[in-house]
Amino acid sequence: MSLGIEFDKVVAGYSPTLTILNELSFDAKEGQITLLIGPNGAGKSTALKTLFGLLSPRFGDVRLDGKSVVGFSPRKILEHGVAYVPQGRNLFGSLSVLHNLELGGITLKKNLEERIEEVLERFPRIRERLGNQASTLSGGEQKQLEVGRALLLRPRVLLIDEPSIGLSPIVSKEVFGMLRKLADGGATVLMVEQNVRSALKYADRALVLEMGRLALDRPAAELLKDPDLNRLFLGGKKS
Amino acid sequence: MALVALALAPLGLKNYGIYLLTLWCVYVMAGMGLNLTVGYAGQMSIGHAAFLGIGAYTAAILMKLGVPFGFVLPVAALNCFLVGLALGFPALRVQHHYLAFATLGFNVLVFLFIRNEEWLTGGTFGIAGIQRPKLFSFSLDSSLSFYYFVLVSTILLAFVLWWIVRSPWGRAFAALRDNPIRAESLGVNIMAYTLLAFAIGAAFAGIAGCYFTALVQFIEPGPFHVTTSLMMLLMVIVGGSGKFFGPMLGAAIVILLPEWLRFMKDWYLVVFGLSVVCLMVWLPGGLLSLQDRFFRKA
Repeated sequence: MSLGIEFDKVVAGYSPTLTILNELSFDAKEGQITLLIGPNGAGKSTALKTLFGLLSPRFGDVRLDGKSVVGFSPRKILEHGVAYVPQGRNLFGSLSVLHNLELGGITLKKNLEERIEEVLERFPRIRERLGNQASTLSGGEQKQLEVGRALLLRPRVLLIDEPSIGLSPIVSKEVFGMLRKLADGGATVLMVEQNVRSALKYADRALVLEMGRLALDRPAAELLKDPDLNRLFLGGKKS
Repeated sequence: MALVALALAPLGLKNYGIYLLTLWCVYVMAGMGLNLTVGYAGQMSIGHAAFLGIGAYTAAILMKLGVPFGFVLPVAALNCFLVGLALGFPALRVQHHYLAFATLGFNVLVFLFIRNEEWLTGGTFGIAGIQRPKLFSFSLDSSLSFYYFVLVSTILLAFVLWWIVRSPWGRAFAALRDNPIRAESLGVNIMAYTLLAFAIGAAFAGIAGCYFTALVQFIEPGPFHVTTSLMMLLMVIVGGSGKFFGPMLGAAIVILLPEWLRFMKDWYLVVFGLSVVCLMVWLPGGLLSLQDRFFRKA
């Protein structure tokens, strides 16, 4: 199994005085869901943004399949087969469902219709709402559309930030199941999630971040059984 | 039906009425461009009259040299497209009211240029004696024939805008307006689309400027002052920013309403101003948002 993503002593933040990632090093492998967990401010979302080129690391290296992508624009990263679904609602509410999907394929030179058809086969509920304004979809449908839109480019790597936020437990399960299928198909999924117990059931590995550093790297199934899970997640001291 | 109404509208009117209708068409062209920049792409601009001016002066200078109108139009549009592209660069660094002031500064700069560079623009004396274009061998000297010529041109330009906003470009502009970071995460080239939003909007205003020159046959710096930019922005907002027919309705309100209110004599501008204030308070989304409200309630 080859390496998908590598972070090598990455230092990054939102301003020169605000450092979030402190020499963060980890990797995420192909065909696996790697879960990033940790308390607020640990650097989980920042790690995704850094990988996607929305933030430039001050030091260190970020590699995709062994090649450095530091300094690449998000568009270039996207061309390397990485898709990013940011936290929160990411649809363009004023546009229709179809137009949102078409935006997901804006970098495609051809085969857009074929790719949209592929996504609609995977998400039949979205097909029913194709002509509707995206803002009228339910929370679960919106998340499906977001993920579907990201999958339009057939990404090899999917970065997804808090996919279950605002969703009912049933819909969250569907979304996690969908990510599982994607990883089983060979994609690298790097997921940030606050709903740790549910996410661990679907993930392969869990990386616990604390203060922008990797504090723990364990198989997800093992961590799920750990009675100290809450402490690890919240970053508190062992009682 | 609206097209039939527009075709029949000038028939009972005197020359001044036809002039106002033609002026409405000119501002609809410019307003459609501004709507693309402001309404569809979400960029702020209060310097659009500068592009109207650049287009108008390009047309005036070239037409005085005997260049045919059919050649003047693309030259003016290209001229404005390139200047608009350059004006788009500040938008890559600043947004909202900062961008508004950057575009306002640009308008002031262009206004001062056309007022002071007498050797090229005639300065405050302007450029007079501009001939109306001919359509093949058909004269457009009469108000009525020129109105129909401008109306058809406006409709053609509206089709171009319709095509743009329905194309992937239009969706990219909407994404840029709604959330640039989300758009970027989908691979929308933020820089290219921001610049294009300004450049295409400017080209529309440049084309409108050519028709303005041919309409008034004499140009001087006055109509290209910042106040015209504010008036154009008002057209877009009053009609419905980001709505296709917004500038058409907005231009009708801003150009035609003050004329209809003239029976009030000294009070007509007061009534017009108050009407605009009330409209903005009750319908901040513009007149066309009324239908959204109606359908939501229904």
